[in-house]
Amino acid sequence: MIKPLLVKTSKYIIALAFIAAFSNHASAQTDADAIMIPKNYFCTGLMYGHSDWDHYWEGDFKRTNGNLGHVSSQTVAAMVNYGVSDKFNILLNLPYMATKASAGTLKGQNGLQDISLFLKYMPVEVQVGKGVVSLYGIGGVSIPASNYEADFLPLALGAHSKNLMARFMADYQRSNFFTTASAQYVHRSNITIDRNSYYTTEMHYTNQVDIPNMMVYNGRMGYRSESWIAEAVAENYTSLGGFDIRKNDMPFPSNKMNWTTLGANFKYTFSKPAGLELTAGGDYVISGRNVGQSTVLHGGVYYLFSIKKDKKDKK
Amino acid sequence: MKKNIYYLLPALALFVAIASSCNKTIVERNTQFPALSPAKLDLNAETWKPVLLTSTSQFAVAAPDAISSPAYQADLNEIKAYQRGITDDQRALIAYWSAGAVLRWNEILRDLVAKHNLPPYQNDDGTYPAPSSANPFAYPQFPFSNPPYAARAYAYVSAVQYDALIAAWHYKTLYNRPAPYKNDATVQALIPKSDLPSYPSEDAVVSGSVVEMMKLLFPTEIAYIEQQEANQKLYRMVAGANTRAEWDAGEALGKQVAGLFTARARTDGTGAAIGTPAYWKSLETNTAATGETPWISLEYPKRPPMLPLFSKVTPFLFPAATVVALRPSPPPSTKSEQFKKETAEVLSYSKNATRENEAIVSFWADGAGTYAPPGHWNAIAAEEFVKQNYSEVRWARNMALLNMAEMDAAIVCWDAKYFYFNPRPTQTDGAIKTLTGIPNFPSYTSGHSNFSGAAATVLTYLLPDRGTKFTDMAQQAAMSRLYGAIHYRSDCEVGLVTGKAVGNYAVARAKTDGADQ
Repeated sequence: MIKPLLVKTSKYIIALAFIAAFSNHASAQTDADAIMIPKNYFCTGLMYGHSDWDHYWEGDFKRTNGNLGHVSSQTVAAMVNYGVSDKFNILLNLPYMATKASAGTLKGQNGLQDISLFLKYMPVEVQVGKGVVSLYGIGGVSIPASNYEADFLPLALGAHSKNLMARFMADYQRSNFFTTASAQYVHRSNITIDRNSYYTTEMHYTNQVDIPNMMVYNGRMGYRSESWIAEAVAENYTSLGGFDIRKNDMPFPSNKMNWTTLGANFKYTFSKPAGLELTAGGDYVISGRNVGQSTVLHGGVYYLFSIKKDKKDKK
Repeated sequence: MKKNIYYLLPALALFVAIASSCNKTIVERNTQFPALSPAKLDLNAETWKPVLLTSTSQFAVAAPDAISSPAYQADLNEIKAYQRGITDDQRALIAYWSAGAVLRWNEILRDLVAKHNLPPYQNDDGTYPAPSSANPFAYPQFPFSNPPYAARAYAYVSAVQYDALIAAWHYKTLYNRPAPYKNDATVQALIPKSDLPSYPSEDAVVSGSVVEMMKLLFPTEIAYIEQQEANQKLYRMVAGANTRAEWDAGEALGKQVAGLFTARARTDGTGAAIGTPAYWKSLETNTAATGETPWISLEYPKRPPMLPLFSKVTPFLFPAATVVALRPSPPPSTKSEQFKKETAEVLSYSKNATRENEAIVSFWADGAGTYAPPGHWNAIAAEEFVKQNYSEVRWARNMALLNMAEMDAAIVCWDAKYFYFNPRPTQTDGAIKTLTGIPNFPSYTSGHSNFSGAAATVLTYLLPDRGTKFTDMAQQAAMSRLYGAIHYRSDCEVGLVTGKAVGNYAVARAKTDGADQ
């Protein structure tokens, strides 16, 4: 008999796929981890993240820029995760972001970024040898939550595209040690910018921009127990299209933005008060193309609670 | 589990909404232009006033081969062979080029301006390399097509086309050779038929003149430009519009006319417009000596000012002395209350930027990596001219009027900028953060305002039925620089007035050049 170990222990971790690119997508996304919360549980919380870079890549030319100095962003994100069933969770995330350049004259931006919704389904959880293998399918959408200006890189809040995401994930846990691997396809819609022409590798006479789709690969491993999670995370983002920023040109939303990060996350779950969770973590871009070499630090406070009692009352 | 449907429904609705945006096909405006079918042939264009030609017969074009000659018949057979084996690629060439030669070469030029509109990256020691026409492929490639350089490029390319076309019109009416499809019923017309004589080819005249001009302006792009010319030549033959001999005669004429313009361009003063370190320093010390605050570069590392001697470039529409005559009166003193007030206004636009203002700023920004403000007005003009069904020669004439005004506006504007050497708002008050990049030259007056004032004046004259459309756009373009917090109100308002004054020289020319009489 397989104990549904993962779901019953209500482990939850904030996995920050804080985008290291010019377009800092915010977020405490939890679509990339093998953690489910049980049926009729809510997890809600606030995350704070800080990203900073001074080196960036124009194509494969790595440089700094005295007219930007350090480009930083701060994000506060509110999230909700609901356990529809032990095998099916719904996640909602809404980030507010502010960007700033420490040098030069360009004005920082702030506002709501993209609201995202993920449906996370775990159809398979089987014992293999002494461990447990679980498989996940995660579908998501994100849409801009405000009319922010995408065509203002590197200080734009994001690309302002509507995204459809599909992720397949496999997790193996043995005793308290786990390994998770996943791949995600991100379909990104065209965007409308304020100009009616622009140059990529040729002139385009339209206000529509074809934002390249993306593949995201995520690998994570670490320690998972009732009270602690500690993990190392490697992640790669690869644009399926787009073009390079030329030397000393301005960045553009449809640039070919690729990057790889290494990072670590920690989560502590209190036994008293029950349901309180704290997270902290960070990551660093080890290689990139047309993105900033960000260092990201983040922390969060979450509260997990059951609404089961209410349901019973109704019955 | 049944209950899940209630959670799934909204999610599904979202999925469907977003999936509907999955189709990423983008239709660009310039792919929708119809084949040019001129409403008027403008057969009197040989009487129009040239820019540099002494007469439309200055360069000889030999009489065409007789229609009955074996050479002409062989040329017709070549067309028929192409038409029998026509490919999809060739049909695509016809769809593209048939919109008009002046139009498409203007687009190609805009493309090259955008491609080369990149400020050079600094050297390790904090100085900046300059592009060299003698060594154009070395970094930074020649040219850096910044706004003055771009304005000049548009002007030369448009003016050379115009002179070459009025010369072509002279020989067209002289030899009166009908198009191939009129001489042989088995030659198809894959473009709208025209009664315009086809010798020499108007497309070839445009192409031959532009290619020669572009070799000087964009020397790293010769292979690309020649490929475009080869495509256009193939299009004319496959479409049944010209024989090879008609093309060759037109191309030769175009190249000869271009010789006049490349000679002018080589000696018009642009080569020296960059100035010298000693000259850059003198601008600063001379301004400081007047008690005013001199401009300093806000870039890191500090970049030399952009083309400070562009004011000495030879204008097209008036003598050099007029440049000084058109110089606006001084901006508010940097010590004055008025100046403080205007700086405060800029700060207020910076701090209280609305999304609507951001959109206006972005729409008109036309900064690095774009076709520059004159290119924006070329794009605006082209999309209007497409609706007018102009003949090629009228297309060229109107583009030449517009672009000679843009170049001369650049000269006059640069004169004011470097005569007054006025600081940008952010130099005056470091709290002023900008909604777009700050161009690396003095503030007074705004280049956008000069370009827009001049362009709107010319376009309003050419297309009076558009009412205040162009002047409204110019007003918005000018104010976008204040909204973007990179210019004071005086820069924009005075720039518009000066630009308009320059535009009026083009209008005066237009009223007497023979095309509107």
